[in-house]
Amino acid sequence: MSSPTPSLLGDYTPGASWLHRLRAGAKLGVLMLVGLVVVLVREWWVGLAFVALALVLLAVAGVGVRRVLRTLRPLLVLLVVLVAYSLWRASWQVALEQAADLVALILLATVVTTTTAVDDILDVIVRALGPLRRLGVNPERVGLAFSLMIRSVPLVLTIAGETRDAARARGLERDPRVWLTPFVIRAIAHARDTGDALHARGLGDD
Amino acid sequence: MSSLVLDRVVVSAAGVDGVVEILSETSLEITEPSIALIGPNGSGKSTLARLFNGLVTPSSGRVVVDGIDVAQDGRRARQHVGFAFTDPSAQLVMPTVLEDVMLSLRRTHRDKGERRAAALAILEARGLAELADRSVHTLSGGQRQLVALTGVLACDPQVVVADEPTTLLDLANGRLVGDLLMGLPQQLVLCTHDLDLAARCDRALLIEGGRVVFDGPAPDAVDHYRATA
Repeated sequence: MSSPTPSLLGDYTPGASWLHRLRAGAKLGVLMLVGLVVVLVREWWVGLAFVALALVLLAVAGVGVRRVLRTLRPLLVLLVVLVAYSLWRASWQVALEQAADLVALILLATVVTTTTAVDDILDVIVRALGPLRRLGVNPERVGLAFSLMIRSVPLVLTIAGETRDAARARGLERDPRVWLTPFVIRAIAHARDTGDALHARGLGDD
Repeated sequence: MSSLVLDRVVVSAAGVDGVVEILSETSLEITEPSIALIGPNGSGKSTLARLFNGLVTPSSGRVVVDGIDVAQDGRRARQHVGFAFTDPSAQLVMPTVLEDVMLSLRRTHRDKGERRAAALAILEARGLAELADRSVHTLSGGQRQLVALTGVLACDPQVVVADEPTTLLDLANGRLVGDLLMGLPQQLVLCTHDLDLAARCDRALLIEGGRVVFDGPAPDAVDHYRATA
């Protein structure tokens, strides 16, 4: 069954590719490094090169075209606004560079999240933050926060879609206040429920 | 069986017109294998259920679970009392079923390989092994509730508190989850609107307006509720 949820960053999909076998720490390290290069090198062709690289890696990871498109769909509005603004304030090169950078980063992050179990990411974060324990940092808690962030992206998008649909059903989709307010309230309510659920399972007590 | 004690517990909250009493002074002890909390919406059932896990803190009085004062030692109380929510979506915090069950085991299984094996064994035992690698988004409502319950049971609690676990489910899935809950070896505190399910418990509390208005054998409490509602 395919997910009806718009899944920015995607979900972990078990597989046997070399990307799946690569250690989570290595993948996160490379992603961080590539992220720095993409942001610091202000050339449009660099952004496009990383988009091409990300597409190749997604193919290696076994992520189909439809799923890639589904990943990018929630970004569409943001991309249109970004490109329009850059064309107006700067040039087509800047517009292309910013759009390509954003798409490359999202796709590369998707490569990591679709080939790495969140539990593995959690372990890497807990290990990396271990030395900070003496400064009062709780690595388990920080790791859990990262995991929740990844988990929450599709959920927040689902809530946004549902509240927009509710506004559309009343013919009010053009007024952002009509769907923005319930969206924020529902997102906060969901965060509270999740907090209660974590509390109930004793997660974060350590 | 465990002993769940409410000792002169009051729960109140600040409202528009001042302090509102959500649960009036209540003292009781639960030692039966299963107890149902029934009553209308907003009567205080969920508030009472949440006291046992420390999700709600009493304004006054004490909640004691097998000798553990929940306010004093919330961590031990939560290890002792598992909690299943109405909406399992909030409870499933990891992207896949296996990872969510593994999350429950992080405290008891530090080694990742052992944790994974234990989670798979738990899913297998519940007949959910084929869902292990499924995204939690793609599960049906019934599957979600079963997986959420499995995550709770993976923590090996002595008591399971379930807050309207069948409310969002269709008839078949409601029965499935109800049967699972009634078959648990753990002590069960079941907050529910499903009166047929409630009648299967050993004891029931009928709660109205923040007060326990009937406390007795579950079938009698259900009959009383049906007659007075």
